[in-house]
Amino acid sequence: MSKKFLLEHVNVPRIETINVYREKGGYAAVEKALKTMTPDQIIDEVKFSDLRGRGGAGFPTGLKWSFMDRKSDKPRYLVCNADESEPGTFKDRYLMEKLPHLLIEGMIVSSYTLGAKAAYIYIRGEYMYIVRILEKAIEEAYAAGYLGKNILGTDYSLDLYVHPGAGAYICGEETALLESLEGKRGNPRLKPPFPAIAGLYACPTVVNNVESIASVPTIINITADKYNDVGIGKSAGTKLISASGHINKPGVYEIELGLPVEDFIYSDEYCGGIWKGRKLKAVVAGGSSVPILPANLIITTAKGEKRLMTYESMADGGFVSGTMLGSGGFIVMDETTCIVRNLWTFARFYHHESCGQCSPCREGTGWMEKVLHRIEHGHGHMNDIDLLVDVAKKIEGNTICPLGDAAAWPVASAIRHFREEFEYHVKYPEKVKDPKHFEKEPFEREALMVNG
Amino acid sequence: MEEVKFSEGTLALVNKIIRRYPEGKQKSALLPTLHLAQAEFEGWLSVPVMDYVASLLKIKPIEVYEVASFYSMYNLKPVGKCLIEVCQTGPCWLRGSDDIVEHLEKKLKIKNGETTSDGMFTLKTVECLGSCGTAPMLQCGADYHENLTAEKVDRLVEKLRTSDKRSSYMR
Amino acid sequence: MAKVTIDGATIEVPDGTTILNAARQIGGESVPPAMCYYSTLKESGGKCRVCLVKVAQGSTKDPRPMPKLMASCRTPVMDGMVVQSITSPEVLEARKSVVEFLLINHPLDCPICDQAGECDLQNLAYKHGVAKTRYEEERRTFEKIDIGDKIKLHMNRCILCYRCTFVANQLTDNRVHGVLSRGDASEISTYIQKAVDNDFSGNMIDVCPVGALTDKTFRFKSRVWFTNPMDGHRNCPKCSGKVVLWTKGNDVLRVSARTDQYNEVKEFICNECRFEHKNMNDWTIDGPRHIDRDSVIAQNHYERTDLQKLKLEIDRQIEFEKGKQLPEPNPSLTA
Ligand SMILES: Cc1cc2nc3c(=O)[nH]c(=O)nc-3n(C[C@H](O)[C@H](O)[C@H](O)COP(=O)(O)O)c2cc1C
Ligand code: SF4
Ligand code: FES
Ligand code: FES
Repeated sequence: MSKKFLLEHVNVPRIETINVYREKGGYAAVEKALKTMTPDQIIDEVKFSDLRGRGGAGFPTGLKWSFMDRKSDKPRYLVCNADESEPGTFKDRYLMEKLPHLLIEGMIVSSYTLGAKAAYIYIRGEYMYIVRILEKAIEEAYAAGYLGKNILGTDYSLDLYVHPGAGAYICGEETALLESLEGKRGNPRLKPPFPAIAGLYACPTVVNNVESIASVPTIINITADKYNDVGIGKSAGTKLISASGHINKPGVYEIELGLPVEDFIYSDEYCGGIWKGRKLKAVVAGGSSVPILPANLIITTAKGEKRLMTYESMADGGFVSGTMLGSGGFIVMDETTCIVRNLWTFARFYHHESCGQCSPCREGTGWMEKVLHRIEHGHGHMNDIDLLVDVAKKIEGNTICPLGDAAAWPVASAIRHFREEFEYHVKYPEKVKDPKHFEKEPFEREALMVNG
Repeated sequence: MEEVKFSEGTLALVNKIIRRYPEGKQKSALLPTLHLAQAEFEGWLSVPVMDYVASLLKIKPIEVYEVASFYSMYNLKPVGKCLIEVCQTGPCWLRGSDDIVEHLEKKLKIKNGETTSDGMFTLKTVECLGSCGTAPMLQCGADYHENLTAEKVDRLVEKLRTSDKRSSYMR
Repeated sequence: MAKVTIDGATIEVPDGTTILNAARQIGGESVPPAMCYYSTLKESGGKCRVCLVKVAQGSTKDPRPMPKLMASCRTPVMDGMVVQSITSPEVLEARKSVVEFLLINHPLDCPICDQAGECDLQNLAYKHGVAKTRYEEERRTFEKIDIGDKIKLHMNRCILCYRCTFVANQLTDNRVHGVLSRGDASEISTYIQKAVDNDFSGNMIDVCPVGALTDKTFRFKSRVWFTNPMDGHRNCPKCSGKVVLWTKGNDVLRVSARTDQYNEVKEFICNECRFEHKNMNDWTIDGPRHIDRDSVIAQNHYERTDLQKLKLEIDRQIEFEKGKQLPEPNPSLTA
């Protein structure tokens, strides 16, 4: 069995209550941090742990914390990003639902470190039932003296609130999230200034993902050394992976970073192999925005090495033959999947979720969706395929926030690795009229090997 | 027209929510307050309701319209008593969400986006709800219904039909 | 002070100056175009992305290039920064892309648009555009509406620069319009039928880079290039009273604020000056107005349009005025 830093007690009955959570060692990190460590010591500890942001970008958490303007006389804020809306990602939901106190404990230690007197958990509005779970747990934590004035008799005080969104993927982008928390439209801000200097209410703010914050108590409890014993190099510790699609056992799994992808897909401890005895066709490994990879390239890199679940190995081969670990949304497709249709659903998603502020994303996402819709429904032209590549290229890098890139990468990569399938849709429009076109008769193609 | 006004209980809740944010930042309470308003006033946000929220938070009505029209969970038009939202994004599609939508359309005799003539059901497709591992799925009010099959959907629809409660995210 | 080099020309500017404003101080072809930034409106800019430049060297202290193209209108210069505007093929390509994006949902109804001849998008398209559209999907359409009795909104033409909302926020005390919905469904709207009425609301018309907000009191709907623009002024208690009078013979057809070479108003005018004084006797004439080099009128692009096409477009316009659905616009006229 691999190490479980986050989900060790997830199946303990009533672990969502503070008493059971404490019986299992919960809130020890709050005691240790507030009573025996200074904020600088904690920042160093988190730096040495090599914890990287689990929200998608993988930015080192300790380093991010050290950017926080702690000299400013303005209030400072910690905001937890629980907006989780990237298709294929549902780990934060699982964590908050099952272990609300783990997140709260992480929030207390992190807020103490950053000198925040108020902290918010911004959670997507659709998770309203989890708002209830969190609010109940927060109430328990106040009653037990972990929140509120003079926590555990120290002179540190903290208020923690849950703030629901209302349906907008873009509010996962940290500055859009802050706008939304201020009661505005979720339009991402122009950077600089970064939140660490001017974030919520123009005050120094750190935004971290649920899983990043929930990893902090472990680091405090077992020390950074023990934490980064797990993992490989700069991919330290464990990571929650949301596994979905055509596998036998979809669900949330905590893996040690460094696990071979092949083991993750086929072992019974995790996905349990492809469903219905079918063959693997492709994987989107880190949430819908990362490049899709065909079966051969997800199992082994272009250099012929085993691909591992680490930030570095996933990215091996760059955008030509690699992908990204991203948010850990692992979407598996079997041989009957139509890559074009799957891509169209992604394009529709980004079109629907673009905030509309900047022109390349506002106009480009809609354009790509419409062209993909045509191709998928048998109304495409051959030059549409290059048009898509070109539109994606023109969005990428030219927008205010990375949603533009997130919309462009899936299109570019799907055409890079599965161009014949797009061409097939154009050449044989009558064969793709049935929405389930490849289910009865999988699309046959030669295995694609890309030279790295 | 009846005066738009929150119940005592809700009003107290709104005031409690406002206190979560620093002095003068009461606009932060807008999203939570609109959720409460939608739950209290028949599942959608009419102009008088939005104007009322604006007055409570001391902001301009246009600031409320701008926000309400941005977020997909706010309904700016009346909806059926049960709003059924089926996820249609990639991971759900891989597990058969198209069949679920088709089944619901047949069963309710409406198309996606429509409301049944008795005002009972509105069917809507939505984007990823963070339930991809238990796909296909739908949301009705605060409840997630997961690992759906045609039979499960049938049972759910029958149950909803006889319930006297309006679906709401706030329950 | 910070020293910055743009396409090889070096200038010293106060700290905090944006790349765009530094470039404007240098002047010439390297000045990036701007569709959403507006120097007299706080918080404007960053949205249209047409002003993108390449920062080849961040600063003397940190000479690394910036990984992405930057919006010059919102990026402050650093001492020792090296910027490429028209000397970077990547930048030119990006600007061309943005123009294409801005045009895909634009109705291309220039021949019947009040703004034709003084439209920033039209000018931009001539300079950076591609000849032929690759967009064959259906265009987004909205109804045109009156926001009050003085201003008309053709949402189809809007490029969502947000400038008019900044005018409402910064020049008037009660904003009643804003950006509603999201993504490519976003629109400028009051949501409920409501008049935008305020002493300074008319400035929305001048800051609009396209013909989305137009002056309903523009008399005889003359094409701009058939009018004779003159600088004029009057003693006004509310504003500077300095305006441009768009005249024909002895008639004042329209009044607008004076703009600089970047088509920006430095001194906003009040609604009384703009809408209520359509008589030459109300004004003291200062002299003829100079028209900017970049504009379509100045370059006489319109004369290239052959007469047959123009006639077709006039027919279209007549149909349109009768309230009929517009037939497909003729892209060859405008592209
Ligand atoms: C369009 C978009 C959506 C995002 N959605 C999320 C999200 O749902 N949850 C999240 O934690 N981070 C999301 N991010 C990343 C955040 O901007 C930010 O990097 C993250 O919250 C930082 O936390 P971390 O360093 O702990 O990962 C998103 C970014 C973009 C551009
Ligand atoms: S890239 Fe898209 S989502 Fe991001 S700011 Fe621009 S329009 Fe909005
Ligand atoms: S794709 Fe349907 S819940 Fe994620
Ligand atoms: S002018 Fe700079 S982004 Fe629009």
